[in-house]
Amino acid sequence: MDNIAGTRSSLVWAVHLAVLALVLLWTLPTVGLLVSSFRDRDQIAATGWWAALFPAEERMVVRLAGAGEQRQEGDLWVVEGDLIEEGTLNRFGTSARAPFAHAAGETGELANGGRVKVEADGSYRAEAAQPFGERGPRLFVAVDTAPRFTTANYERVLFAEGIGRAFLNTMTVTIPATIIPILVAAFAAYALAWMEFPGRALLIAAVVGLLVVPLQLALIPLLQLHNAVGIGKDYLGIWLAHSAFGLPLAIYLLRNYMVGLPREIIESARVDGATDFQIFVKIILPLSFPALASFAIFQFLWTWNDLLVATVFLSNTPEQLVMTGVLRELLGSRGGDWEILAASAFVSIAVPIVVFFAMQRYLVRGLLAGSVK
Amino acid sequence: MDQLMMAGGTIVVGVFGCVAYFFAANLILDAVYPAKGPRAGANISRASAIRPWLFLLPAILLLGIYLVYPVFVSIWLSLRDASGEEFVGLANYEWLVNDSKFRESIRNNFLWLLVVPAASTFFGLVAAALTDRIRWGNLAKALIFMPMAISFVGASVIWKFIYDYRGEGREEIGLLNAVIEALGGTEQTWLAIPFWNNFFLMAVLIWIQTGFAMVILSAALRGIPEETVEAAVLDGASPLQIFLRIKVPQIWGTIAVVWTTITILVLKVFDIVLAMTNGQWGTQVLANLMFDWMFRGNDAGRASAVALVIMVLVTPIMIWNIANARKETR
Amino acid sequence: MADLKLTGVEKAYGEVRVLRDIDLTIEKGELIVFVGPSGCGKSTLLRMIAGLERITGGTLEIDGQVVNDVPPAQRGIAMVFQSYALYPHMTVRQNMEFALNIAGKSKAEIARAVENAARILQLTPYLDRLPRALSGGQRQRVAIGRAIVRDPKVYLFDEPLSNLDAALRVATRIEIAQLKEKMPDRTMIYVTHDQVEAMTLASRIVVLEGGGISQVGTPLELYTRPQNAFVARFIGSPAMNLLPGEIVETGPETVVRLDSGGVARTAIPTGPEDLGLLVDLGVRPEDLVETDGPALYEGEVEITEALGEVTLLYFVPRDEEGQVVAKLPGIQADLRHRTVRLGADPARLHLFHEGQSLLYRDRTELARA
Repeated sequence: MDNIAGTRSSLVWAVHLAVLALVLLWTLPTVGLLVSSFRDRDQIAATGWWAALFPAEERMVVRLAGAGEQRQEGDLWVVEGDLIEEGTLNRFGTSARAPFAHAAGETGELANGGRVKVEADGSYRAEAAQPFGERGPRLFVAVDTAPRFTTANYERVLFAEGIGRAFLNTMTVTIPATIIPILVAAFAAYALAWMEFPGRALLIAAVVGLLVVPLQLALIPLLQLHNAVGIGKDYLGIWLAHSAFGLPLAIYLLRNYMVGLPREIIESARVDGATDFQIFVKIILPLSFPALASFAIFQFLWTWNDLLVATVFLSNTPEQLVMTGVLRELLGSRGGDWEILAASAFVSIAVPIVVFFAMQRYLVRGLLAGSVK
Repeated sequence: MDQLMMAGGTIVVGVFGCVAYFFAANLILDAVYPAKGPRAGANISRASAIRPWLFLLPAILLLGIYLVYPVFVSIWLSLRDASGEEFVGLANYEWLVNDSKFRESIRNNFLWLLVVPAASTFFGLVAAALTDRIRWGNLAKALIFMPMAISFVGASVIWKFIYDYRGEGREEIGLLNAVIEALGGTEQTWLAIPFWNNFFLMAVLIWIQTGFAMVILSAALRGIPEETVEAAVLDGASPLQIFLRIKVPQIWGTIAVVWTTITILVLKVFDIVLAMTNGQWGTQVLANLMFDWMFRGNDAGRASAVALVIMVLVTPIMIWNIANARKETR
Repeated sequence: MADLKLTGVEKAYGEVRVLRDIDLTIEKGELIVFVGPSGCGKSTLLRMIAGLERITGGTLEIDGQVVNDVPPAQRGIAMVFQSYALYPHMTVRQNMEFALNIAGKSKAEIARAVENAARILQLTPYLDRLPRALSGGQRQRVAIGRAIVRDPKVYLFDEPLSNLDAALRVATRIEIAQLKEKMPDRTMIYVTHDQVEAMTLASRIVVLEGGGISQVGTPLELYTRPQNAFVARFIGSPAMNLLPGEIVETGPETVVRLDSGGVARTAIPTGPEDLGLLVDLGVRPEDLVETDGPALYEGEVEITEALGEVTLLYFVPRDEEGQVVAKLPGIQADLRHRTVRLGADPARLHLFHEGQSLLYRDRTELARA
């Protein structure tokens, strides 16, 4: 359409803007969490992530030095010191009723009748007629702190919150659960695509039907079955379950692809003396690589991101809890600790995202093979 | 480390086991019915009658045990009590019909079924149509497609952060409330607003599925013969008219496929509700209800009954798919 | 001893018989071409010889052995497919080695066979390329090379030139003819729908029609002495004209009065019992000449096509039987809408009764008498 004469440029601009809006809408949520995962805990709570590059105003309660540091100047008792380590002090106050009544450089009245002067750099001088108590008086301060970025959140979730262990658990589930169904499905797909036998059409229809059977239906019977045969809640069980649940799509995708391979190539191999097994291994498998790759990505993403099957077929112990499971527990137990949630979420998202961008071509091809008729 | 070793070991054993099975089965078949000697012809036809079943056996076993067998056990369980010990007839279904949470789930599921496939397909179609016309369209596509790779739980964390509510007087760090505040509105606890909170949950799934719809519809749009578009240009149609009256009618089939695929996904949606509200504040859906009764209620009978309701809801799509597939193989 | 013998071969898909009663003996060293219109079963017949289609009736013998149930690889055949069927993920060398590897040949033996085939086909520089990096003609040669390395008794070609452009098709056709000359004791069976390929390559042609053999013979036999009207019209371009008429005089020469008004004298002998027989007179367009004498056909030229070397004249059809075409040498200026009188050499005419040539009927009946 670009070449057609007389296309209006205003329309082109509208398209650009519309796409830009869509892209922002679809990426901002993720970007927000990503930025937050690198921010300091206090700053996350102080300002929105979009303000991460600007100083954040943190509000806190501090205490002046107490009786231990006071000295007498004439008839006044005096304490001096520094309230903050970094940043700029904006405002302060002495009572909870008006916590930020004074700007930096002003003087406020203390509850004991004394006065305190606080500077923007946090240094203060308080004077009172009576000696200060053991603990100094409270002061409310609002401090502008410079943007702080840190990897501490990641260190914490990886080593202290169990995400590191869960990462390994997820790997343990995912890799066999991706490879086993590919092998099983590839042979089945070849038989359904290129071998003649009674009942073939029926089997193909059955595979298409099984594509949509809801997993929910399978959970209770299979859990009972696993317990009955002694697998219980363990990795073997979830490998088998994931493999089986992925099979209909695998067989369907691979069969569709293999049917499209030229018949003459397979006949030529047969004339060359290859058996069915040799044809499969030496001709069909190498030629089906794109389809195998796209299913592998699907299955990998699906098993990596799965929560339901893992919750049902694995136990809730640190040895078996996968990342989605940990994430869900964190959402329940530490719903407000965004630095933990954000970092945990990104540890779990990182691998699929990398796989996604690296293998997008195959993913798209697989989607198309499965959907477009 | 132990675990890595074990995982590695199992991968090797599992994969080798599979390969060994196929290899050995073929070898044995060729040994029993050699394609040589006086009875070569009969042997060949016998071997080629058996071989497909060797190739299919593992798949049929896995599918049979993990997908077909559970359907029947579920039917059986749904007619029994919580522990599966006693036959209770249709009592579980009676309970379902009268349960307010079940009704709420059915209502919500229908809402999801109406909104999510429609919205995802619509946004996907718009994104596909627009990105195909600009130079950085592929980059835009990749970014819109990306949520596809994010788990439902991860997406729930992302969106819960957007819906975050701090309370009046405190700086809002949730994007939605911050925007509302900036526009002069009042902040809300979005996920607790009855009825409308369902839509905030749906937004998560729409966000994930739009990329899927876009990729497939974009391929379909590009598959439209260029000549039909050029003919329409010569006929004087505007770009919008071309899109709505020339392009969209030609990809109805693909739109239907996208729609049904997302519909099936919606019926099984569970993680988002579990992670964001756990069905509170009137957001329960069937899949999460089933999960509730299975784990918290420990009632296999009721949980199976709910699961069967989901199965019944997907059945029309299953039949439609099978009919389509048979048409193609013929 | 026959190299290849088909006896009563038939192919049925359920109730539908696509090939029936195929009896054919092919001698060692022949180049046999199967021709026929699409759907006549020629490719199916080739695939049955290859072993890619099960034979549902009759027997196929190779070197005196019944091979109905022998798998393709053990029949001593090699096949060149229409689409070449090169393995796209293997290099040219690997493509050629594949069959030998499967047969378990030694490395040295395989290398020698591949080098040899590559030299014959001038493929040596391309041995390590993938098929997609080759031109159409090169791919075609790799497909032939893959057959050569196996040194089969019988080569099967399934429309091997139909994917090439016109110039390359001629060149490759000649290469195949040269290849055949280098291997006088190897049998080749070649399927095509292109009669030029059939006429130029074949030692004998098998014309198939509607699932059966219509005629078997050398190219010139088919051209000069077609056994039936189908072969007569299938071989030669434009197709032979068939003019309906009635025998009015019998003897060593037969005279036919045509429905279109002309009278033709032919060199075909008939007996007195043939008087009054309804026949079709066959005359090839290139055998028609302008004449001032008694006309075989006279009509108004509807359309002319000047090809330079010849000019084609199309006449107004007098009835539903269709057009009459004449091919006159050179450039015939401005014959359009003129009435032309045409005659022909009696020795070049054919007579068909109910589709069968009288020539062959006479021969068999005379032999019986």
